[in-house]
Amino acid sequence: MNMQTTSRQTAAEAALIEAFNDQIGELPGDGSVIAIRDRLLDDLKKAGLPTRRVEAWHYTDLKTLLRTIPDQAGDAGSEARDPLVEESAVLSVIQGVPDLKRSVDGLEISGYAAQLSNGTAAASLGALGSDDAIGRINGSFVRDGYVLDVPAETLLEEPLEIQFVHAGGQAHTRLPVSFGANIKATVIERHLAVTSDAAFVSHVSDITVGEGTELTWIIVQQQGAEDTHLGQIRVDLGADAKLKLFIINAGGKLVRQELHIKVTGEGADLTLRGINLLGAETHTDVTMVLGHNVPHTGSTEVIRNVVFDRAKGVFQGMIRVAPDAQKTDAKMACNTLLMSDDAEFSVKPELEIFADDVQCGHGATVADIDHNHLYYLMARGIPENKARAMLVNAFVAEIVEELEDEALVESLEGVISAWLEKHA
Amino acid sequence: MREGAWIAPFSDCFLWDKTMLEIKNLHARIAEDGTEIIRGLNLTVKAGEVAAIMGPNGSGKSTLSYILSGREDYEVTEGDILYNGESILELDAAERAAKGIFLAFQYPVEIPGVATMQFLKVAMNEQRKARGEEELKTPDFMRLVKDAAGKLQINTEMLKRPLNVGFSGGEKKRAEILQMALLQPQLCVLDETDSGLDIDALKIVADGVNALRSPDRAVIVITHYQRLLDYIVPDTVHVLYKGQVIKSGDKTLAHDLEANGYADIIGAAA
Repeated sequence: MNMQTTSRQTAAEAALIEAFNDQIGELPGDGSVIAIRDRLLDDLKKAGLPTRRVEAWHYTDLKTLLRTIPDQAGDAGSEARDPLVEESAVLSVIQGVPDLKRSVDGLEISGYAAQLSNGTAAASLGALGSDDAIGRINGSFVRDGYVLDVPAETLLEEPLEIQFVHAGGQAHTRLPVSFGANIKATVIERHLAVTSDAAFVSHVSDITVGEGTELTWIIVQQQGAEDTHLGQIRVDLGADAKLKLFIINAGGKLVRQELHIKVTGEGADLTLRGINLLGAETHTDVTMVLGHNVPHTGSTEVIRNVVFDRAKGVFQGMIRVAPDAQKTDAKMACNTLLMSDDAEFSVKPELEIFADDVQCGHGATVADIDHNHLYYLMARGIPENKARAMLVNAFVAEIVEELEDEALVESLEGVISAWLEKHA
Repeated sequence: MREGAWIAPFSDCFLWDKTMLEIKNLHARIAEDGTEIIRGLNLTVKAGEVAAIMGPNGSGKSTLSYILSGREDYEVTEGDILYNGESILELDAAERAAKGIFLAFQYPVEIPGVATMQFLKVAMNEQRKARGEEELKTPDFMRLVKDAAGKLQINTEMLKRPLNVGFSGGEKKRAEILQMALLQPQLCVLDETDSGLDIDALKIVADGVNALRSPDRAVIVITHYQRLLDYIVPDTVHVLYKGQVIKSGDKTLAHDLEANGYADIIGAAA
């Protein structure tokens, strides 16, 4: 699994290294942080961007796909948009810079740049492994983000939307969030573009979910048609905690969303739902590494993909069940609607099971629209293109409807139908 | 029990003998494997008429209904279908529906993820759009649905579910008639609408169909049994066998079939 050493540097690799040299003096960080940054960049220099020869990147050859990196600065002066769900509390990160004047009842909010400067960020700044290209890029370049602490027993009545606004250029952000015990909260991590200028974004959310906490975390990625989005969410799920993790990809040209989830407390439960809406000549990859590390935990993963035009999609789902993680119950499904002959979707489920008393399964389907359904709708006078759109919408909306909150369901359905109207 | 029967003689002055549907020497086969199902079928249905189509299993009754509605799994190889004087063979299912052809399915499909109310609204508005009419406003739409559902004793809770999902057999049939009542088609084709209904549900459904009877609308009732025809009394009865109409008559033909079975007629036609 070592990254290949390559002799020829691509334009994108050269641009990354040059960008680092340009910024070296202004990137926040004490000695320990700077040492880690140097090491990460050095690794990146030596290994280059990962190619298909690196197993974790086999279907997303970043070295080939990532052609150019935009200059550092994008359009200044962008503003936060209305949140998806009307009543939400909003925290905004504009062009990689958090608005620290904002406050939300029940949350302790600070800036990540300060943690870099005083060195407390050093412990979690490193990469997750030799194939963690996103960790390397983000760790090298990250400048800022929010740090959130949610005290035990907090009840967040309304959703919290953390809005990352991009207007071209580069943004490298982190979002460490620590949820104490017995919290109920819904968080929307939303990445959106406000201009059509190309953006290069790396982002890492690092989440600890305390005992008995019920968290709904929704990633809505709505970047622009020229954007590269390299995202990572790291989760540590404590005892009896329940996490509903939704991820909706409805934008971007080159997207990789990595989910690194460790189930470390007995009785914990993960519900992962993913919707990938892919069109034009885009490439989108969702890669999950899920570890059931203790006994009596459960997870279900359902990924639904709709692929138009010449778009390509990838889902890699790895479930590891540790030797003493008996009574693990994990089910994974990946269903794809291919809407054109040139559309592609690659699915790679992997189960590594070291315990002997577990229930683990996975399934994948690829299909066109059910023509009996299409005929039924048409027989009621709904024209074919509209009937198709309704059925595509139904295929993914079914997932969203699992969320019980009506306002939330409606907002996410709005994201989906807006995308379909534009692309279908 | 024709609703508004008093106007019938008056409108008959204009509509008498107005042919709505004319099927001429129709031959059709299953597109996938080429099996011929309809073999030279002739049938004429006039505006205002209720025509019953009966016949043993495998005679092509359901296939005929699918072909009328424009299902693409069948291929017409010969003959024509004229609806209000124009051939509909080149029209797709949606275009036919917009022109007023409605098929109440024997087995309505369940479509998870499509909300019933949203489906009804889109279908009604698409048909209105195709006819150049304005879209319905939500309150007007809601009122129409509520009224129609009430008449069919449909619980509006059921309409909050995805389309046909988890509906019982009887609920599905009622939901089909609800759609028919809302879409107000000109030509209604009911495919075995009585199957799976108990006697109370049958009466409710029949009342729903009878309420739609009018001089400018035609109904084709496809059924195995005389039972439904006690409630929806046909003007004409046609016996379908091996893809052809082998005998036509008035409602007494249905009673003969009930009493004597198909053997005599089939024997006579052979």
